[in-house]
Amino acid sequence: MRFELSDDHREIGRVARELLAVRAPMSALHEVAVTGEYDGALWGEMVSLGWPGIAIAEKHGGQGLGAIGLAVLLEELGYACAAAPLLSTATAAAAIQAYGAEEHRARWLPGLAAGETTAGIGSRDLAADADGAAVAVLIDGDRAELVPAPATEPFRSIDPARRFATVRGDGEPLAAGAADLVRAAIAAELVGICQRALDMTVAYVKERSQFGVPVGSFQAVSHRCAEMLLHTESARSAAYFAAWAADADRERLREASALASAAAAEAGRLVTGSAIQAHGGIGFTWEADVHWLYKRAQLDIAMLGGARRHLIALGRIAGERAAAR
Amino acid sequence: MDLTFSESERAFRDELRAWLDSYDPGSEPAGDEDAHYAWRRDFQRALADGGWAAVHWPVEYGGRGATIMESAIFFEELARAGAPLPANVLGLLLAGPTIMSWGTAEQKDRFLAPILTAEEIWCQGFSEPDAGSDLASLKTRAIRDGNGWLISGQKVWTSGAQYSKWCMLLARTDPDAPKHKGLSYFLLDMEQEGVQVRPLRQITGESEFNELFIDGAVASDGQLLGGLGNGWKVALTTLMNERAGLAFFLQVRLRQLLDALSAEVAAAGMLDDSGVAERLGEVHLRAEVLRLTAYRGLTATEKYGQPGPEGSLTKWMWSQTNQQLTELAAQLLGSSALRAADRWAYELLRARGNSIEGGTTEVLKNIVAERVLGLPRAH
Ligand SMILES: Cc1cc2nc3c(=O)[nH]c(=O)nc-3n(C[C@H](O)[C@H](O)[C@H](O)COP(=O)(O)OP(=O)(O)OC[C@H]3O[C@@H](n4cnc5c(N)ncnc54)[C@H](O)[C@@H]3O)c2cc1C
Repeated sequence: MRFELSDDHREIGRVARELLAVRAPMSALHEVAVTGEYDGALWGEMVSLGWPGIAIAEKHGGQGLGAIGLAVLLEELGYACAAAPLLSTATAAAAIQAYGAEEHRARWLPGLAAGETTAGIGSRDLAADADGAAVAVLIDGDRAELVPAPATEPFRSIDPARRFATVRGDGEPLAAGAADLVRAAIAAELVGICQRALDMTVAYVKERSQFGVPVGSFQAVSHRCAEMLLHTESARSAAYFAAWAADADRERLREASALASAAAAEAGRLVTGSAIQAHGGIGFTWEADVHWLYKRAQLDIAMLGGARRHLIALGRIAGERAAAR
Repeated sequence: MDLTFSESERAFRDELRAWLDSYDPGSEPAGDEDAHYAWRRDFQRALADGGWAAVHWPVEYGGRGATIMESAIFFEELARAGAPLPANVLGLLLAGPTIMSWGTAEQKDRFLAPILTAEEIWCQGFSEPDAGSDLASLKTRAIRDGNGWLISGQKVWTSGAQYSKWCMLLARTDPDAPKHKGLSYFLLDMEQEGVQVRPLRQITGESEFNELFIDGAVASDGQLLGGLGNGWKVALTTLMNERAGLAFFLQVRLRQLLDALSAEVAAAGMLDDSGVAERLGEVHLRAEVLRLTAYRGLTATEKYGQPGPEGSLTKWMWSQTNQQLTELAAQLLGSSALRAADRWAYELLRARGNSIEGGTTEVLKNIVAERVLGLPRAH
């Protein structure tokens, strides 16, 4: 038993953190919010680093780093809150790799790995980056389907830095488990979003003074930060477990993914909301960057289907398991 | 990342399981606290005979030199088998490791072996009537007297003092030094005139904890642990082991309790109600997240040595989850769970102590904010 990231996985995270800090600062989101277009050069760099194909097998042109590699990368994507079709493309590719038919893999994966095409992810009502994508992987409860050349109707969500659409068109089913893998990936992005919200908040409340002392010395504030840490670490434990289960123990993926989804949904809501509160009036402005995190979290939680359905599933799993003893 | 047990970890588990299968603790004595304690003591003696009493202790001190992960497996298996908590749990998890960290060769020689066999039981004399969360303000005094020490003062909430031969006692040796600097850590003999134990009745009706009235109790220099004026640092070793080590056992017990509730709720057909399923799911989520986070903590401890301040996070998670679980049981199982003799009634009440004992949740949040997040000291 070793519950920690390997050195290789840690290195992926470190490289991603450094690159995104320089190439995808939050200040860049202001422009994306106006144009509604992603920075093509940034995506080009992600492609050159092999990120879209992180979980695609080497045989199909990817890096073969599995769901854990994907989770580490998406955590950093969430941390940067970067505007790029990476959550969608890398996650859809991971789902096709693990749960698609051989013909699906041969048809879609090489193009996705090479960055020649992108993929959408989400549901029929709420699909990220499906517009203009070669293929979309859509989930609905326990089912997942693959929609080639999706017909889309783009709309603006509260997260202007990610492109959403509704999707029509026929789909082909992916094997059971794909939906769980997709949610595990979204949960990993939420962990990064929470970590960033926490880091920004801790830095701010150390700096900002009122009543002659840093506001972080008031327990109402510092205990809020401690709660944010508790939720972030809880979500991280569950997200890593789900990623590990996807790679190493698929029988446990259903439960692990429900745990990760519920923990991430709860953490995402509480931690990003708390970040705005702890920043005071500044936190409510468009200029201060905390709102990007709140918005992305809300959309990610919606893609997860909210916490409630996962909690109900977990309650029934607990009951079934105990009854079987 | 590998969340399966290694071959040697599995072998360790199987050997332990076989031992536990072969040991029959007899049925748990109900109603009589002393009989219950004797039952736990018998169990620990049997563990010691089988070489299982302190798997996490180094071999040279009579342990198995087990890895941290194996110790975790040990507690998981104990809980799974429905075995009692060993009687000398504070000796095994707190006093022993603290003595190993700070003790002289003579102290290790003298004190460690009888902890293993439950021959000498230990209690923790830290809290006082006027010093709880603000532990360092404690007033119990130790005064130099010839070659030894004369100790006077009062301790409170001392769990298991009625069964104890020794007490981990924190006392003030220098009233003029700053409050954290003037403390020393004594290994106090409880069997003397100067120490009187008076039981306190808890909200559960039982008396786990006590008041200690200390009036001119004696201790020799050989009973001073970690050096004069170093008591605060030594006490921190004890507290870290308490929050990290004990929490692991308790986290497993929580899982057992949750399984029992889940089985009752499932058998009653209540899980068809999605509202019930959701609330049970919430507790299941917290219990699993706690287990996973505890394993992350163990992996880190294995790598970096001592448990860190993150142990405060799992202790806080555990107490919160246990309270949520027992309250859910009371709500779902209705009035039967509120009858005085019902197991759930006991658990409901006992859980209220969880967020107070071993550091209140508010204090743990202070520790997390200051030591993990680096926020300025609260005021
Ligand atoms: C079941 C049980 C077993 C115990 N066993 C032992 C034992 O074996 N040995 C031993 O030494 N002690 C033991 N204790 C004592 C325990 O460690 C103390 O009760 C605890 O540290 C709190 O101290 P207090 O009771 O004086 O409460 P106080 O410190 O008076 O706290 C009262 C309230 O104020 C809050 N508070 C205090 N300070 C702060 C702060 N700085 N910021 C925010 N809130 C604050 C607390 O959280 C609490 O809600 C036990 C307690 C229980 C319940």
